[in-house]
Amino acid sequence: MASVSPLQLSVFRGDAEGGEMVTYSVPVREGMVVLDAVLWAQANLAPDLAVRWNCKAAKCGSCAAEVNGFPRLLCKSPVADYGEEISVRPMAAFPVVRDLVTDVSWNYEVNQRIAPFTPSEADRDDPRAWRMQQVDVERAIEFRKCIECFLCQDVCHVLRNHGRKDAYFGPRFMVRMASLEMHPKDSLDRRPQLKGEAGVGYCNITKCCQEVCPEHIHITDNAIIPLKERMADEYFDPVRSLLRRLGGR
Amino acid sequence: MESYETVDTAVLVLGAGGAGLRAAIAAAESGARVTVVCKSLLGKAHTVMAEGGMAAALGNVAGQDSWEAHFADTMKGGKLLNDWRMAEIHAREAPERVLELERWGAVFDRTHEGLIHQRPFGAHTYPRLAHIGDRTGLELIRTLQDRLVHQAGIEVHMEVTVASLFAQDGRIAGALAYRRADGGLVLYRARAVLLATGGAGRVYRVTSNSWECTGDGTALAYRAGAELRDCEMVQFHPTGMVWPAGVRGILVTEGVRGEGGLLRNKDGERFMERYDPDRMELSSRDIVARAINSEVLAGRGSPHGGAYLDISHRKPDYIKRKLPSMYEQFLKLAKVDITKDPMEVAPTIHYYMGGVRVDPETGASSVAGLFAAGEVTGGLHGANRLGGNSLTDLLVFGKRAGEAAAEYSREHSRPARISKAEVGEAVESLVGPLGRPHGENPYRLQAELQDVCSRHAPIIRSESGLLEGLQQVLELRERARSAGTGGPTGRAFNPGWHTAQDLGQMLVNAEALFRSALKRKESRGAHARSDYPNPDPALANVNFVVREVEGAMSVRALVREQLPDALLAVINRSFEKYTPEEKE
Ligand SMILES: Cc1cc2nc3c(=O)[nH]c(=O)nc-3n(C[C@H](O)[C@H](O)[C@H](O)COP(=O)(O)OP(=O)(O)OC[C@H]3O[C@@H](n4cnc5c(N)ncnc54)[C@H](O)[C@@H]3O)c2cc1C
Ligand code: SF4
Ligand code: SF4
Ligand code: FES
Repeated sequence: MASVSPLQLSVFRGDAEGGEMVTYSVPVREGMVVLDAVLWAQANLAPDLAVRWNCKAAKCGSCAAEVNGFPRLLCKSPVADYGEEISVRPMAAFPVVRDLVTDVSWNYEVNQRIAPFTPSEADRDDPRAWRMQQVDVERAIEFRKCIECFLCQDVCHVLRNHGRKDAYFGPRFMVRMASLEMHPKDSLDRRPQLKGEAGVGYCNITKCCQEVCPEHIHITDNAIIPLKERMADEYFDPVRSLLRRLGGR
Repeated sequence: MESYETVDTAVLVLGAGGAGLRAAIAAAESGARVTVVCKSLLGKAHTVMAEGGMAAALGNVAGQDSWEAHFADTMKGGKLLNDWRMAEIHAREAPERVLELERWGAVFDRTHEGLIHQRPFGAHTYPRLAHIGDRTGLELIRTLQDRLVHQAGIEVHMEVTVASLFAQDGRIAGALAYRRADGGLVLYRARAVLLATGGAGRVYRVTSNSWECTGDGTALAYRAGAELRDCEMVQFHPTGMVWPAGVRGILVTEGVRGEGGLLRNKDGERFMERYDPDRMELSSRDIVARAINSEVLAGRGSPHGGAYLDISHRKPDYIKRKLPSMYEQFLKLAKVDITKDPMEVAPTIHYYMGGVRVDPETGASSVAGLFAAGEVTGGLHGANRLGGNSLTDLLVFGKRAGEAAAEYSREHSRPARISKAEVGEAVESLVGPLGRPHGENPYRLQAELQDVCSRHAPIIRSESGLLEGLQQVLELRERARSAGTGGPTGRAFNPGWHTAQDLGQMLVNAEALFRSALKRKESRGAHARSDYPNPDPALANVNFVVREVEGAMSVRALVREQLPDALLAVINRSFEKYTPEEKE
C-alpha cells in the first residue's frame, strides 16, 4: 500500500466569523475512513483542528459533516470511496463553533419540548411485566435506531435554506415523535403538537432527509407520511377520527 | 489570576453514560439539586456503543434462571476476586432495574409470549441478556436521557471537562473544569461528587473504546486521596476487527457468538475444543481471548493475525435482524458480507475491571462525599467481567450511588471550603499547556503511552516487560510535565489542549496498571503472566489496592473478607444445564 499517493484533504478552518479551506497531505492506510484522515492531520499537522468524534464506529452520531458536499458520518466514509481529493466542511444548517464543530444546541431545545414517553395509568399501575408482541414493537424499533447525528436536520431545506427553525422541529424530531406515537405503550395524543409547534405541515416530502440517514431510517416514508396521515384523519375526517378513538388506536 | 465562573450545586455528577444518567435521576428523585457534566454532547457517551445486551435473571427464556445462578456466574467469571456483596446486590437487583427501564420507555426484543427476550452470552449459564438487536446501549442511553431532560432539578453542562477535584480534610469540596466551546473555566462547589466517568481503554493502542475513555475519574479520585483496586485487571475482548488496518480494534459483539457464531483457525479447526470443550465459543472472555492469541502464536492464525468468526450458517434474514449493526459495519468498513463470509477477528482492549474502591451498598469511596458508579469503579467484576454485566452494573449501582450522594448532600448542608490557593494551583496546571506553544506534542506523548501499554502490558505479561513498561511510563510522566498543546494556544475547542489534559489522567491509570500487575505474581482471570503461568492459592483472596502516600503511588495487598457460607454454597451449587430449542 505504500505506493498510494497521499490524500489531499481540504478542511474548513475557521469560526462563526468566517474561515477558509486548508489542504493537508495525508498518507493513506488501507481501510482508512475520512475521520482517520482528519485525526491524522490533527495529530501531525494541525494540533488545534477541531472535530467532534467519540466512537469511530458509526454508533454515536458525533462526527457529522459534509464530505465533498454530501452530509456524512466521517467515521463511516471510507477514503477509498473517494478520489485523491476530499473536502470536509461543517454542517451548514448550524452555526459554526470552530472548524468542523457546529453548535447543535437547538436540537436539544427541541427535544425538551417533546413530551416524554407516557404510559396509560392502567399500564403504569399494572404490577405484572408488560407484554408486547415483536410485530408491534418492530415499527417503533426502526425509529429508535436514530443516533442523533442531525444529518437529516442538516439537509432539510425547511431548516437549511429557509431557516425555519422557529416553525418546524425537523426530520429528526418527526422520527422521535413517531417512535413515541408507535410505541405500543405510549398513551399521549401527540397530534395537536405535531400540527402545532412541531410543524409537520412544513415538510413537503422531498425525502432528502431519508437519503442521508446513516441508520437507513425511512424518515419520510415510515415516520413523516404516516404522521401526516394521522393528522389528516384527525383534522379533516372527524368521523373516522371518532371511530378510531372509540375503537382504540 | 485567571478568572473563572462559580457554580454551586448539591450533587455534582461527572459523566453522562449509563451510570451518570441513572445516578443523576436517582439523586434528583431523592430531592437533591443535581448538575451533570460530561466531555461530549448528551447522548453520545461511550455507553451508546454497547451492543449485546444487559444481563439480568429475568427468566423469560430459561425459567430456571435465578439471581443465585447469575451471582454464581459473575463470581466464577471474576475468579472470586469480586467484591461478593456487589455481585450479590447486582444479581438481585438487575431484573428490577431492567423492568424499570422498560417502564420508562425502552423497547426490547420480545419472546413469543411478548416478554423481554434474552440472548445467551459467554459464561452465563442461561440466556440472560435483554437486548434490542445489537444496539442495546443506545436504547439505554436514549431512554435515560429522555427521562433526565424532563426531570426537574437537573442541569446538564455538556462538553465540559473536569480537570481536578478539591478535598478538604478528607471531605470532597468541588471540582475545576473547562468548557470546550469557549475554553472558559468553571469552579463547581458541591456537597457531594459522583464519578461516573467510565474506563481507561484508550491507554492502549488497539481498543474498542471511545475517545472519552481516558480514565479521568480513576485519576481524579486517586489524586483526591481515594483508593483504587484491581488495576491490573484489564479485559481483552476476544473479537475486535483486525482488518482493514484503519478499523482495527472496533468491536465485534459477543452477540455474534451468542447467536451461534463459530470460531475457526486458518486450518478450519474449531480450536475452542482444545481450550474449553464444554462452553466452546461461549467460554469466558479471558479464555477465548487467550485462545485466539495462542492460535496466532502457533502459526494457525488468519492472514491478518486473528481467527475466523463465522455466522453465515444462519439465515441471512435472521442475521440482519439480530445483528444489524454488525452486518452494516462489515459491509461498509471491510467490504465483507457476513451472511456469506466469515469475519476476521482478534483481541481488542475493552473494559477496565479495576477502578475506584467503593462501599458496595452506596458507592462511597474512601473520601467522604465522593461516590462512584459504573466502569470507573472496581469490585463487581473481579478478575474478569462477563458480557452484559456492565449495563446492569450502571443501572443498579448508578441508582444506589445517586441516592447515597443525595442523602450525603442533605446531611451536609454546607459545602466544604475550597482554598483560593488550591484553586490557583489547579487553574495553573489546567492552563499550563496553553503557555507552552513549544512544549512536547501531546498527541505524540499519548501515542507513545499507548505503545508502552500495548507492548508491555499485553494479554500475556512478564516481570521484565512490566518493569520496562513502568520505567517508560515514569519517563513519559516527566516529559508530560512540559507538554504543550502542540502549537496553537487558542482556547475555543482546542483538541491539543484537551489531549494534554487527558494525558495526565491516562498516565495515572497506566502507572497503576503496571504497579499492580507487577504485584500479582500469578495468572488469574484477565491477568496472565508467562513467568507465573498458574494461579497462586495464596493470592486467591487478595486484592491490590492503590493509593497516594506522600506524593507517591503505593500498592498494598488487601486480604478480602471471607464469603458468607450461604453465598459460598450458592457458588458451589450445580445449576441445571440449559438446552436451547432451535428456532429462527
Ligand atoms: C463496543 C462496546 C460494546 C459493549 N457492549 C456491552 C454490552 O453489550 N453489554 C454490557 O453490559 N457492556 C458492554 N460494554 C461495556 C459498557 O458499554 C461500558 O462498560 C459502560 O457503558 C460504561 O458506562 P459508564 O456509564 O460507566 O461510563 P461511560 O459510558 O464511559 O461514560 C463516561 C462519561 O463520563 C464523562 N467523562 C469522562 N471523563 C470526564 C471528565 N474529566 N469530565 C467530565 N466528564 C467526563 C464522559 O463524557 C461520559 O459522559 C461495551 C463496551 C464497548 C466499548
Ligand atoms: S422530506 Fe420533509 S423533513 Fe425530509 S428533507 Fe424533505 S422537507 Fe425536510
Ligand atoms: S434520523 Fe437518521 S439522519 Fe436523522 S439524526 Fe437520526 S440517525 Fe441521523
Ligand atoms: S464518531 Fe461516533 S458516529 Fe462517528
